[in-house]
Amino acid sequence: MIKIWSMKKNEDAAAKKKPKTSAAQIRVQKDLTELELPSTMKTFFPDPADLLNFKLTIEPDEGMYKGGSFTFSFAINSNYPHEPPKVKCIPKIYHPNVDLEGNYLFLEPNADDPLNKEAAEEMRKSREQFLYNVKTSMRGGSIKGVQYDKVAVA
Amino acid sequence: MNGHLAAGDWDDRYHHIDQILNNPGPRTDPSFMAGDEVKDFLRNKCKVLVIGAGGLGCEILANLALSGFKDIHVIDMDTIDISNLNRQFLFRPKDVGKPKALVAAEFIMNRVPGVKVTPYYGKIQDKDDAYYMQFTLVVCGLDSVEARRWINATLVNLVDPDLPESLKPLIDGGTEGFKGQARVILPTVSSCYECSLEMLNKPTAFPICTIANTPRLPEHCIEWASVLEWPRVHTDKKLDTDDPEHIGWLFSVASARAKEFNIEGVTWSLTQGVVKNIIPAIASTNAIIAASCCNEAFKIATSSAAFLNNYFMLIGTEGVYSYTFEHEKRKDCPVCGGESLDLKINKEWTVDRLIELLVEKQDIQIKKPSLSTPTKQIYFQAPPQLEEATRPNLEKKVSELVDEGGEVTVTASSLPFNLSLRISYI
Ligand SMILES: [Zn+2]
Repeated sequence: MIKIWSMKKNEDAAAKKKPKTSAAQIRVQKDLTELELPSTMKTFFPDPADLLNFKLTIEPDEGMYKGGSFTFSFAINSNYPHEPPKVKCIPKIYHPNVDLEGNYLFLEPNADDPLNKEAAEEMRKSREQFLYNVKTSMRGGSIKGVQYDKVAVA
Repeated sequence: MNGHLAAGDWDDRYHHIDQILNNPGPRTDPSFMAGDEVKDFLRNKCKVLVIGAGGLGCEILANLALSGFKDIHVIDMDTIDISNLNRQFLFRPKDVGKPKALVAAEFIMNRVPGVKVTPYYGKIQDKDDAYYMQFTLVVCGLDSVEARRWINATLVNLVDPDLPESLKPLIDGGTEGFKGQARVILPTVSSCYECSLEMLNKPTAFPICTIANTPRLPEHCIEWASVLEWPRVHTDKKLDTDDPEHIGWLFSVASARAKEFNIEGVTWSLTQGVVKNIIPAIASTNAIIAASCCNEAFKIATSSAAFLNNYFMLIGTEGVYSYTFEHEKRKDCPVCGGESLDLKINKEWTVDRLIELLVEKQDIQIKKPSLSTPTKQIYFQAPPQLEEATRPNLEKKVSELVDEGGEVTVTASSLPFNLSLRISYI
């Protein structure tokens, strides 16, 4: 092994540096252009020249949030992919794993890791009531004093 | 433990290997530390990653364990199929359906005391640079070009000139029927996998006139049935090579043609093999190539003898022929070249024409490339909004968007890395 490691040193002087366009930028280009989004998801770039900031809209065609339209904002920094993009759910929604600032854990509701404790409790207590609350919140109604954003389409 | 007896070792366990490690020989490198030091490195410090636990991988794992490597990791994303059992000898009928990496690791640990094999059932792409950084060297026994390109590019990118240990020798084995190769790649130092991509055998195509008029081989008859007869008879049905009925039809049509021309050898499995481009896996080829790979791993890890420089080729189709040569590093290799690829194009060329060229070029081999300059996007394949926004550029001349000598970054799903082009105009 020692031999190989010392070999490298001699070769170095001759090696030319590869032109460095921002590695994050290249990686984002690669990942974005290879993204295969299902028909329920759409990206939107407010400034198409800026690949690092965009929005992703999900319109689930199944599950309890069917009929809603949920937009997430993505902010990628120059450490990508070593640092994950910052993702936020823009509308204030009633979901056990999304807090009221839009930070989220999962897209499928899971009562075990709650960010919205009220919603998680309701989900555990009564699925019927939880479903009813989801529908109410999606129409822009309020639950336990919290007004949620209208996300229902049509 | 300095190479002396470790827990689980027995007297003379390493008798044969120690013949090599105890004393320098006429061909040993001056850096060879005969005796305890090299044994300590091999047995207590060296950590090897084996990629693939299939036909080659099983052989590689057994060889490494038996030659004294004690810390071995293995990655494989497949589960065991009953058809593997004839050559992947770490697996038994009871293992069918289980992950190859896990079963192989367990088998080796049971059989070779004191060896630790850490399995990972999944894709090499799941792991990050920090994971690959922990190994001394990597041995590959893969059957996929794509996976090889990925690990090759990853190990090249891992090299940090200020950190000698970041250079991970890659020993790559590959077999195809009775042919095989073993090679030693010192990332950024010697020719890499990508450098030799154009050497890859393309699937053999028979000239259409031979197929149509003068067949001599059973393959000609099968090609005739699939290329000419199928579309003529089934005008609106696409040939599905996974459909036994379709293969059956081809087999009977090819057989009839073979009879007409007095050709022997058209069988059901050959028919399937030709249309699906299947090359049988041969256990003895795997054994030879795996042995060669492990021999190189041992020599590199111990410096006990000169290692392969850098390409060993085995052709067992007629006799046993082998050839060793130094494959040269390509200066403009998109992975290890360290320079961008110079591309001279006509001043009048449109972006569309440039993309066409990239797709056609044998030494690049990409599908659906996306292009950008350091400051703007030229053409993006996806997502739809960006495709639409950049689509008008397809009609524009490249020279309107990129200055003479300008850089273009190309990415594509088939490329595990980005390609950098330096454009000049004629
Ligand atoms: Zn290369």
